[in-house]
Amino acid sequence: MTDALLVLEDGRTFAGEAYGATGTTWGEIVFNTGMTGYQETLTDPSYHRQIVVMTAPHIGNTGVNDEDPESGRIWVSGYVVRDPARRASNWRSDRSLDEELAAQGVVGISGIDTRALTRHLRERGVMRAAIVSGDALLDAAGRRRAAEDLVAEVQDRPQMAGADLAGEVSTDTAYVVKALGPDGAPLGEPVARVAAVDLGIKSMTPNRMAERGIEVHVLPAQSSIDDVLATAPDGVFFSNGPGDPSAATHEVELLREVLDRKIPFFGICYGNQLLGRALGYGTYKLGYGHRGVNQPVLDRATGRVEITAHNHGFAVDAPLDEVSVAPHDGGRYGRVTVSHVDLNDDVVEGLAALDLPAFSVQYHPEAAAGPHDAAYLFDRFLDLMRDPSAGAAAAGQATDVTDSPKGA
Amino acid sequence: MPRRTDIHSVLVIGSGPIVIGQAAEFDYSGTQACRVLKEEGLRVVLVNSNPATIMTDPEFADATYVEPITTEVLTSIIAKERPDAILPTLGGQTALNAAIALDEAGVLEEYGVELIGANIPAIQKGEDREQFKQVVEVCGGESARSAIIHTIDEALVAVEDLGYPVVVRPSFTMGGLGSGIAYDEADLRRIVGQGLHYSPTTEVLLEESILGWKEYELELMRDKADNVVVVCSIENVDPVGVHTGDSVTVAPALTLTDREYQRLRDIGIAVIREVGVDTGGCNIQFAVNPDTGRIIVIEMNPRVSRSSALASKATGFPIAKIAARLAVGYTLDEIPNDITGSTPASFEPTLDYVVVKVPRFAFEKFPAADPTLTTTMKSVGEAMALGRNFTEALGKAMRSIDRKGTTFHWDGEALTGEALDALVATISRPTEHRLVDVQQVLRAGVSVDEVYARTGIDPWFLDQLQLINEVAAETAAAPELTAAVLRRAKRHGLSDVQVASLRGVSEDVAREVRQALGVRPVYKTVDTCAAEFAARTPYHYSSYDEETEVAPRERPAVLILGSGPNRIGQGIEFDYSCVHATLALKGEFETVMVNCNPETVSTDYDTADRLYFEPLTFEDVLEVYEAEKAAGPVAGIIVQLGGQTPLSLAQRLEDAGLPILGTPPAAIDAAEDRGAFGAVLAAAGLPAPAFGTATTLPVARETAARIGYPVLVRPSYVLGGRGMEIVYSDEQLTEYVERALADASARGGALPPLLIDRFLDDAIEIDVDALYDGTELFLGGVMEHIEEAGIHSGDSACVLPPVSLSESELQRIKVSTEAIAQGVGVRGLLNIQFALVSDVLYVLEANPRASRTVPFVSKATGVPLAKAAALVMTGKSIADLRASGVLPADDAGVIDLDAPIAVKEAVLPFKRFRTGDGTVVDTVLGPEMRSTGEVMGFDTDFPTAFAKSQSAAFGGLPTSGRAFISVADRDKRSIVFPVKRLQELGFEILATDGTAAVLKRNGIASTVVRKFSSGRGPAGEPTIVDLISAGEVDIVVNTPSGQGARADGYEIRAATTAADKAIVTTVQQLGAAVQGIEAALAGPFGVASLQEHDAATAGRRAAVAAGASVAGDSGAVA
Repeated sequence: MTDALLVLEDGRTFAGEAYGATGTTWGEIVFNTGMTGYQETLTDPSYHRQIVVMTAPHIGNTGVNDEDPESGRIWVSGYVVRDPARRASNWRSDRSLDEELAAQGVVGISGIDTRALTRHLRERGVMRAAIVSGDALLDAAGRRRAAEDLVAEVQDRPQMAGADLAGEVSTDTAYVVKALGPDGAPLGEPVARVAAVDLGIKSMTPNRMAERGIEVHVLPAQSSIDDVLATAPDGVFFSNGPGDPSAATHEVELLREVLDRKIPFFGICYGNQLLGRALGYGTYKLGYGHRGVNQPVLDRATGRVEITAHNHGFAVDAPLDEVSVAPHDGGRYGRVTVSHVDLNDDVVEGLAALDLPAFSVQYHPEAAAGPHDAAYLFDRFLDLMRDPSAGAAAAGQATDVTDSPKGA
Repeated sequence: MPRRTDIHSVLVIGSGPIVIGQAAEFDYSGTQACRVLKEEGLRVVLVNSNPATIMTDPEFADATYVEPITTEVLTSIIAKERPDAILPTLGGQTALNAAIALDEAGVLEEYGVELIGANIPAIQKGEDREQFKQVVEVCGGESARSAIIHTIDEALVAVEDLGYPVVVRPSFTMGGLGSGIAYDEADLRRIVGQGLHYSPTTEVLLEESILGWKEYELELMRDKADNVVVVCSIENVDPVGVHTGDSVTVAPALTLTDREYQRLRDIGIAVIREVGVDTGGCNIQFAVNPDTGRIIVIEMNPRVSRSSALASKATGFPIAKIAARLAVGYTLDEIPNDITGSTPASFEPTLDYVVVKVPRFAFEKFPAADPTLTTTMKSVGEAMALGRNFTEALGKAMRSIDRKGTTFHWDGEALTGEALDALVATISRPTEHRLVDVQQVLRAGVSVDEVYARTGIDPWFLDQLQLINEVAAETAAAPELTAAVLRRAKRHGLSDVQVASLRGVSEDVAREVRQALGVRPVYKTVDTCAAEFAARTPYHYSSYDEETEVAPRERPAVLILGSGPNRIGQGIEFDYSCVHATLALKGEFETVMVNCNPETVSTDYDTADRLYFEPLTFEDVLEVYEAEKAAGPVAGIIVQLGGQTPLSLAQRLEDAGLPILGTPPAAIDAAEDRGAFGAVLAAAGLPAPAFGTATTLPVARETAARIGYPVLVRPSYVLGGRGMEIVYSDEQLTEYVERALADASARGGALPPLLIDRFLDDAIEIDVDALYDGTELFLGGVMEHIEEAGIHSGDSACVLPPVSLSESELQRIKVSTEAIAQGVGVRGLLNIQFALVSDVLYVLEANPRASRTVPFVSKATGVPLAKAAALVMTGKSIADLRASGVLPADDAGVIDLDAPIAVKEAVLPFKRFRTGDGTVVDTVLGPEMRSTGEVMGFDTDFPTAFAKSQSAAFGGLPTSGRAFISVADRDKRSIVFPVKRLQELGFEILATDGTAAVLKRNGIASTVVRKFSSGRGPAGEPTIVDLISAGEVDIVVNTPSGQGARADGYEIRAATTAADKAIVTTVQQLGAAVQGIEAALAGPFGVASLQEHDAATAGRRAAVAAGASVAGDSGAVA
């Protein structure tokens, strides 16, 4: 049993046991309320530079397999759990999570009151933190390091606000995910071709498109409009990803090039925030974000509620109660409606342009982890690519938001 | 989409008496529904025959019918009340079946009543096996390969394809009744035969065995806008093969990856849509192959179920309440989440804790029953516990069961050699003790893999048991009990008792060391959202973690200890009293409920101001008290309403300095102590039956001879009538004592003292519930038992007001009750059993606590006894309560000739319990209680009330056909008149030769039938058992000649129970039955609501008061 300490920038500490690798790690500490899907969570690039607290107490029960990761590596910078599994039990399990974390050098802590920590973060907001374990707890003379020194170190680390991180998680080179037919076999002629800009893309996202017969060209974050156009896309997709959207100057410019060409556009998560910024809306940091798989989102066009997977610390600031004209450049992108809203806190969860073939959602229709309620959005994207002139009509069917219960 | 405006009144159907598989959870769900519908401004009409429910309290509905749930009675109620809609999804299978019957009878159409919350096609699709298989297929799921059969011959053909073992499931039964696993043809013939009988559609499903697969359940809700949420996932620790009601279950599911869980969710959502559950909840069960992940959909319930209640308590998401709102037109996003107050109900709760449910069994009540757990539910109750991890929750749940042998232990050396091999050999057979056996086996060093191979319990769970063993070993081996050692032990669920036994110290020492080291639990909150949002509902559970969430308060608190898991003898009636106490005290006090039973109204987070979902052990209660004391002033603790469980803690709690409200613990003990209680009786000049004690056979025989036969014998250390027998002869006594000696030596001990009481033959037993404030007595109710003394009062039918007691006898009862109340020192409720023999009123026993009959008395008289008791315990006098209108001026000592007659009838679970060879256990009533629930028949006269009670309890008395009479010699004289009357009413009388001869001499012709023991005749003439099994006998009268019933009587009673025919086992019952049959023949039952009865009673009371004052005035004038 190796000691570990979680240190928050406001001075609160939690003493526990080392989990995974030992050493020191820093990051923005956030909590995730999902009860399943730790493998998907750990490998979600949006968690880059974040220490993730799991509110579900038992983590690691089903071990680790090679089918479920959402990317090639674990991205979280630290992992906080209460009761790690001693034994993995699942017919698909290849090895234990503890081993996997250690192998990938992910420093974690276990055995702490994760609920007290979560309540703290809920009240104080997310903040910078460190996990320090094993020898890292000792100074050169072998004495236990003072907590205030560790706190001071945390306070010296960079904030998440203002961080431009997409480049750190994006693919270095473009690659193609082949379209699949209804039988799951590769399709000779795809039904559509999408240029997907990888800002931290999860592997399930191109898979969900491929299942619908779409050929997906995944491009690095730094791609130019020419790179995008070179794939001869029927549509452009911006993925999820880490960081502060206000720092993503290049990506926002790229997106405006796409919008100007009226190429059908779909964005998820970070992609939604970038669409918001491209249209001229602001973005802001939420107190403690949405991270989990149980968030109720209202599709304002249909009045239906979907249970959705979320992982976002930033959100778009757009008018909820009316169709607005996109502020960018004197309104050249036309009218925009907030298509989806989170019923817990009225955060904007989706945008639909009414005069452009562009829409986006803040949450994760690809799920992984999480419910599949919103998978229909990939169908909407396909519909939009088939009939770009439909504009938001394809993306939202109805435009009169006052008909929906929340819009009233 | 707000509430529908076209519905103004709703009929809610309850679930009737508590039976295995359908228990108090439906009172919880029905109560929530009634509350919601009333809040919505709708007129609520309720029918439920179970008087022990909170839902049937008059304030929860506008018209409350405590009437039998039959098509005939429901039709009368519908005709009278003309509701716009019926909500049948919150009253279990009973309500759903009642709704289907109403539809089939054309009643819904005739009166233009709409079913809400479900529709007939959806019910059929969900419950009809063949239709459901198609649903599953359409939804892309798989069902087990199966065949629907309607005859045994069809079953034999089908099994050739499916192979043995094969699972047998009858259609449209609840709690798995009639289902089982057939390993060979003999099993198949027997189980299918029963199943065809129990299925109202004579339909049985045979399916491929998926024994040993992982078993999961999802609780889903859907609204009319087609929004669907999964409220909770539940994983069964016991794999497929054990009914989910009998399994240890865990929420949330702990051994599925997200992909696998989402697959279950996708199938579940597709199924609820395809079945067409328009609004409300449903429960879907899945089996998952542990080696391949192949998923099979087992079944669905298109209604609120037992699992829904568990899921509601486990998550804080009130399924029944929300189902009721959805039924009247709301959508999920329009309904607020009560717990957060700030977010909507259209979400899926997420848990940052683990919930474990453990079933409670009652096999000791049915010694002949096969204790193997199967797909037929046999548990009588359950306890739930929450912890921040599985081990903590499991430890708490297991100690909540409140029964010896249900917790893990490390006594003695771990097993080795043959003893170990023998235990290992048993664990593949699921029994109530399996988990403890598995823990012992692991402790002895058997590997997790081997235990997994034998039990199918997921290795993750087994590893957790191994972890508990390791922690226990560390605790035992630690050189010193340090804070670190204790904290680790507590975090993995070890109780102070377990720690003490590991360390060889007393529980008090273990606790004191722990407290001195500052190792104390904190209290977390069930908030539906893993702390993402602030919770405003103080629904707490303990955990050995860092931060507590108990909020400070100003108002003084009253802690109310509930009754723990339901069991035979301690059920919903006690929860009723606890709930009433919170209702009465809310406002003046902060009410704090402590209980661990998820099936109850008391553990609804809305009932008390604060809820602690905690085991009712000394340790856990003490810590809750300390936590509340830290939060604000505590006025006291109420222990006398929750039955024996809290009562047994009273003395220790008081010794620990806790303020016990009401009757002091010393007085409680005095009532239980023969010597002290004898002194009370002697001082009051009240007679008790002669008694003595014995520890050897000679002394027992001598004592019995002195007292005179018959005698009542029982071991002194048991409660609830365990091991109690009525003995009529020296020979029987010898047999009893020898059996007890053999038992004792098998356990390695000496014979405990046997209590031998004079058994008062032919006595009228009288039950009294009264309230005493120290100066004044309020006689709540006097109940006259229909069976003679000697049948446990819980199993005996009784009538209130007493139909054969005179005014002077009532006065003697009141005077005696008051003398005992004063002598014992009662503050609050008192229950006394008297026996009236030859004009002598004997006191059988007195219990200074809420009794099982308190709710029945309250319903029958319209007087809220338990509320009044809570107020008396917190300092009000009976005079105060009269003045404030809580109590009426007159008590039950005053005869109200126009009062309606209420009959309480017990409901017995014999059908569920089978012996090893598969026949029903004996059904004879005795001094040991075995009923699971009760019904009330309520009408203007005794015969009609009795007939209603029989109709509500088991489908009713026959009004024509054949009656078989076979009675013990001592009863032969008493049956002449009732049997003659039966014949006059048109029954054909069958009798065995001895009884036939007596009848003939009395001028009653009967058909002589062969005894079972004589076997079939030379030409294959059937025995009486054959006739009963063939359904050719409509009512059986069989009084046994003493315990240890002879084979004939047993076979007759077992066959009758298996054939679902009326059975009468005492002469007194026969008299009542004949009166009831006459009443039933007189025409359909009239119906009246409690509100109508209460208004009439209030009117009479007012008239009496006015009359009295007129008389007083005139007296003054004269």
